[in-house]
Amino acid sequence: MRLSGSWASLGLLVVATAALEALSRGGWVSTFVMPPPSETLAAIPGLFLHEGLGYATWVTFQTTLLATTLALLIGVPAGALLARHRRFGQAYEPWLEAAFSAPIILLYPLFLIFFGRSLVTIVVMGFVVGVIPVIIKTREGIVNLRPVFHNLALSLHMSDVQSLIKIILPAALPSIFVGLRLALIYAMINIVAVEFLVGLGGLGYLVADMYDRYDIPSMYSAIVFVVVLSSAFFLVIERSEAWLRSA
Amino acid sequence: MVAIGITPPAAAADRGLSVGAIRLLTLTGLLAAYQAISSSGLVFEGAMPGLPAIAVALLRQVADPAFYPHLGRTAYEAAAGVAIGASVGVACGVSLGASRFLAAMLDPWIRALAPAPKIIFLPVLILAFGIDAGPKIAMAAISSFFPVAVATFGGMREVRRILVQVVRSFDASTLQLLRIVYLPSIVVPLLGSLRLAVGVALIGALLAEVKMSNKGLGYLIIQDYNAFRTAEMYALLLLVFALALSINAVLRAIGRRYGVP
Repeated sequence: MRLSGSWASLGLLVVATAALEALSRGGWVSTFVMPPPSETLAAIPGLFLHEGLGYATWVTFQTTLLATTLALLIGVPAGALLARHRRFGQAYEPWLEAAFSAPIILLYPLFLIFFGRSLVTIVVMGFVVGVIPVIIKTREGIVNLRPVFHNLALSLHMSDVQSLIKIILPAALPSIFVGLRLALIYAMINIVAVEFLVGLGGLGYLVADMYDRYDIPSMYSAIVFVVVLSSAFFLVIERSEAWLRSA
Repeated sequence: MVAIGITPPAAAADRGLSVGAIRLLTLTGLLAAYQAISSSGLVFEGAMPGLPAIAVALLRQVADPAFYPHLGRTAYEAAAGVAIGASVGVACGVSLGASRFLAAMLDPWIRALAPAPKIIFLPVLILAFGIDAGPKIAMAAISSFFPVAVATFGGMREVRRILVQVVRSFDASTLQLLRIVYLPSIVVPLLGSLRLAVGVALIGALLAEVKMSNKGLGYLIIQDYNAFRTAEMYALLLLVFALALSINAVLRAIGRRYGVP
């Protein structure tokens, strides 16, 4: 079943690509709107050689990773603090939930004013959207732990920091990992969006640049590349989460 | 120094401040800190206009009749996008849930595309739909499609085989099966996902307006940014956030009524 399923997905890709090729070559769709997929494929080496596709990928990857790391470093302690000080947790939790669903990306002009047209703005933008789910999920994971974990720490006469590092955080790890996954996805989405809108940095900038130059096949290749990269990112994190669960 | 850790639940009730007091103090503190920094001269005044200036800009914006067509435009784009994206999403989720073959074929693609940054498709949408409302609606539709499709499919998969078999044994038609067994199990995830869908649709429409348009709230924001009218920009951002958060709160309240967690 599984095998035939993946063959079917691959088959769909082949059929869809062939259909698009036929539509474009047959003149049903203007090549200015959608070039034949073969031209899109053929544009990839040129993107690597002349337009710095590899470097753009590296920049987006690096800024996303940096933003997510910062989100973890700040979000996990913040979530633990909010779990410890329950009233504060209760007070801020709805605010965090609201912020998580708010259009934070629209604040990018503000960040541009404060941090300039630089990679700093991009990293900060990714961090801000990433840190919120980490705080929420860390707090949630700790608050929902069974009391036996807390009692164990007490009976072992552990200090607060010891119990946090040795017992509480490891026990809350599955929930923290959900936060990490959300942080990674949100950071990447927002980073690519800012790159695209401002014309700065990695892959988002490359797509915008190809569009501005009206190099449509290259633009399509860059878009496909972004989608492949984000899927790969997501797959890696999904796999490691499954591995963590089974371990 | 505050020690990080956790007290057992029995001892967890912090004495002292109530939740409401904490919120009020935090809000006052933040606003006071903002105003202090703004008027201290440490930061360029253009970057952090004072609270009174923002309040004036906000009132002026709300009183300006020219503001409302822009608001209506953004609302129209987001609403049309959600209508399209969510109905296609439901149809897709239901078909995937009904056919194992379709699920095996399409599910990997949906899962691969769902977390991708949708804004990257904007140039394609502009090429396909022009520069007017079309690409903004399409952007909102694409953004809202994925959460709805994934949630509907998830709901369909939660249906227990035994229920299907019972209804089948009464010779129910496929349509009846959908109505009696599947529909009740997709309502809750669907309502939950609609809240997400409306949020991302709004973001999609606004970002498309920011990139290229001459109408809508996103357009107004980027105009103020380009002209460095920061107080006006802060005011607009506050309005957009208030709008998004109230829509979100309303949808959450509706969802709660139907048992959405």
